[in-house]
Amino acid sequence: MIEADGLTKEFDGFRAVDSISLNVPAGKVLAVLGPNGAGKTTTVRMLTSILAPTSGWARIAGYDVVTHPEQVRASVGVLTEQHGLYERMKSVEYLDFFGEVYHLSRQVRRKRALDLMERFGLTFALKKRLGEYSKGMKQKLALVRAMLHDPAVLLLDEPTSAMDPQSARQVRDAIVELEGEGRTFLLTTHNLTEAEQLADTIAVIRHGRIIAHGTFDELAQRFVGDPLMELRVRGQLNGATKEIADVVRVEETGSDWLRYRTSDPAATNPALLHKLTGFGVDVITLSPVQRTLEDVYLQIVKEDEQQGASPDDDSR
Amino acid sequence: MTTAASSPTSVTRSDAPIYDRTWLKTLRNALIITRREVKDSFSDWRILWPIVVLTFFFPFLAQFLAARFTGFVTDFGAEIIGERTIPFLLMIVGFFPISMSMVIALETFVGEKERRSLEPLLSTPLTNTELYIGKTLSAMIPPLVSSYGGMTVYLGSLLFGDLAWRPQPMLIVQIILLTTVQALVMVTGAVVVSSQTTSTRAANLLASFIIIPMALVIQGESFIMFIAPDAESPNGIGALWAIIGGMILIVGLLLRLGNSVFNREELLGRMIDNLNLKAIFAGIWRWTRAVDAKGTPARNLVEWYRKGVKMSLRNLGAASRIAIAVFVVAFVGGYAIGQLPQWQLPLPRDTSFQQPAELLGRYVGISADAINADGEANAVDSVPIPSRLRGMLFFIETNGRILIAATILSLFTFGVAALILTPAVYIVLGYIFGQVILAGYNPAFMFAAILPHGWVEIPVIVLATAAALRLGAIATRPPKGMTVGMAWTTAMGDTLKIGLGIVLPGLIFAGFLESFVTPYVLYSVLR
Repeated sequence: MIEADGLTKEFDGFRAVDSISLNVPAGKVLAVLGPNGAGKTTTVRMLTSILAPTSGWARIAGYDVVTHPEQVRASVGVLTEQHGLYERMKSVEYLDFFGEVYHLSRQVRRKRALDLMERFGLTFALKKRLGEYSKGMKQKLALVRAMLHDPAVLLLDEPTSAMDPQSARQVRDAIVELEGEGRTFLLTTHNLTEAEQLADTIAVIRHGRIIAHGTFDELAQRFVGDPLMELRVRGQLNGATKEIADVVRVEETGSDWLRYRTSDPAATNPALLHKLTGFGVDVITLSPVQRTLEDVYLQIVKEDEQQGASPDDDSR
Repeated sequence: MTTAASSPTSVTRSDAPIYDRTWLKTLRNALIITRREVKDSFSDWRILWPIVVLTFFFPFLAQFLAARFTGFVTDFGAEIIGERTIPFLLMIVGFFPISMSMVIALETFVGEKERRSLEPLLSTPLTNTELYIGKTLSAMIPPLVSSYGGMTVYLGSLLFGDLAWRPQPMLIVQIILLTTVQALVMVTGAVVVSSQTTSTRAANLLASFIIIPMALVIQGESFIMFIAPDAESPNGIGALWAIIGGMILIVGLLLRLGNSVFNREELLGRMIDNLNLKAIFAGIWRWTRAVDAKGTPARNLVEWYRKGVKMSLRNLGAASRIAIAVFVVAFVGGYAIGQLPQWQLPLPRDTSFQQPAELLGRYVGISADAINADGEANAVDSVPIPSRLRGMLFFIETNGRILIAATILSLFTFGVAALILTPAVYIVLGYIFGQVILAGYNPAFMFAAILPHGWVEIPVIVLATAAALRLGAIATRPPKGMTVGMAWTTAMGDTLKIGLGIVLPGLIFAGFLESFVTPYVLYSVLR
């Protein structure tokens, strides 16, 4: 649904996006993470046929962004970083205008507008001018605008940044539901918990380049290593740590707990439990230590910074 | 996520949404924008109130003023001034509301950019042209409605009021047309300004480039209305028709320019709020040295001539053909005008060229009276070399001044000035040539006076005109893949290359020929 290869954008010699390649199949969510100014918005603008790539190519829903710009824009729903509403209009008028631009019939656009307003809990504000909306309401209405023409692909820039937890939950639920219906999403966000919850794949972009991409597990494995397991026992471990050295390599230990990494928990954990039981150690819990996307993201950025600082590295 | 490695293929899907772009469809899509924006304008009291006041109150004030003024000047026997004030005030009644069109146009474009509401609109399937037409119309409709309304009220109050003014209908048509084209010029100009700026403040500052020339035009029109000898003509005032024609031409060029700069890339990617003169000069210098389309600098003067200047000559393309055509038309037009009885000069049928021949003889240092039996001329003191060099410099300076003026003015007139200033001389030449033929003189002396240096000078002037035309006109339609700034910078580089590489040496050589060779040739023909 979203394909790109070598997508590059330069402004007066400055390379804002540098050879980005993407492939997001239908019904999947890609989260694009990165610091401010990394090139996320420029990438979205190229994928919306607003900016022409300097080199490389991209296709959205099968349409080339350069040769079929109108079809591309008809196939995508875009939530821009700034909601950009016409503040003197009322929501119904506003959505009616955009519905007409997308060539929806009067009946269809009215029905879809009302349905979406209801879905996002905005029905009570139908007669209010948009200038009177709160920031979160404006963002939700902008999301309604992006979904109005029922696009196959949604490019959402910080979809829940200004929302209260309940509204953010509504939006996340809607994304999951639409994903289930086969819609494809590209989210750019700084909310790593949200990205972890929603994304099938994650791309980290920095200085216009994708510096890491993959599923959360793949990224975690690559950047923070094997899953970390924590074992807690009744009483003292005493000399048990030494006895299990042939089964696992202990990374940290306390009087009644220890942590170790394993690439194959299914094989390692039963063997470890068997050995400890043999020594008469009572195991209370054995569980993986939660790894967050934040840990992974920070590690990715840290490694990229180190690479950038290395005198041997001539890539930047 | 996996990396796509396949190459792109052109896609035409059977289930593709249909976005056929017939003119009707384009207009229909544009009108979606127009309807929203006009509605938005009329819902804003800051726009609505001035429209109401200017439509329903100001015309009565103007009518009152017209009546008082007419009465006043009539007391002093100057009825004609009073009469001519009435259409002038009609024009003012029409102009005040349209002055607002520029404010709306500036606000509509840059205001949207400032409020960040432009990007959602740019993300829709509407084409750049549809957005441009829709927004241009929306900036024009409210002020024009007010303007026509105001003029109708004013005319009604005059036709049925105390003054009982009975104007020539064509004058009314002219004033309505002037109002409309003025609104178009301001709106299309404002679109160009506002699509390139990031703040209303910057747009308002740059808008003075539109307001000042427009104010001058209005003053000119007022002056013409007062003094025009054909003010009572049923065909309208000739000078006003010329202004209407000129404004339509400018509207056409501004529309082209607007349509080329009003694109998504320019709107979101290019800003002229920060003018980087150093970068601009560096760009011009780069393209002045360039030997290819990539901007590779010439390694030496020979390469610069062989590749760089040659490339710039090729780039002139259509501009050269247009320039040649305009020069030919100017010459032929001058000749044709000279054939009209009212324009013919009463030249004597029989005349002698003895006197000019003697003068030239003295200039070149040959005595016409002293031709001996063998046909050899006796030498006399000729004009000294320094004086001839001064003459040469004079010819170079005269031609150079015109060409520089044409190039500079061309920048502000989208190339039109280049096609008026330099070919104007050729209208005169054509006219004189026509008179010479009519008077029955041998035209050989004309050829002798022009061709010895003209074989160099004329092509050089045509080339310089073509370069100036391209430089001015390129902003209205930059080559594909280039922004206006890039196109202008490369065109400036080409112009400098042609100027320094061909025009300047050409003018020097032509000046030398005109000062040192042409007089001999002409003398030999005249004596």
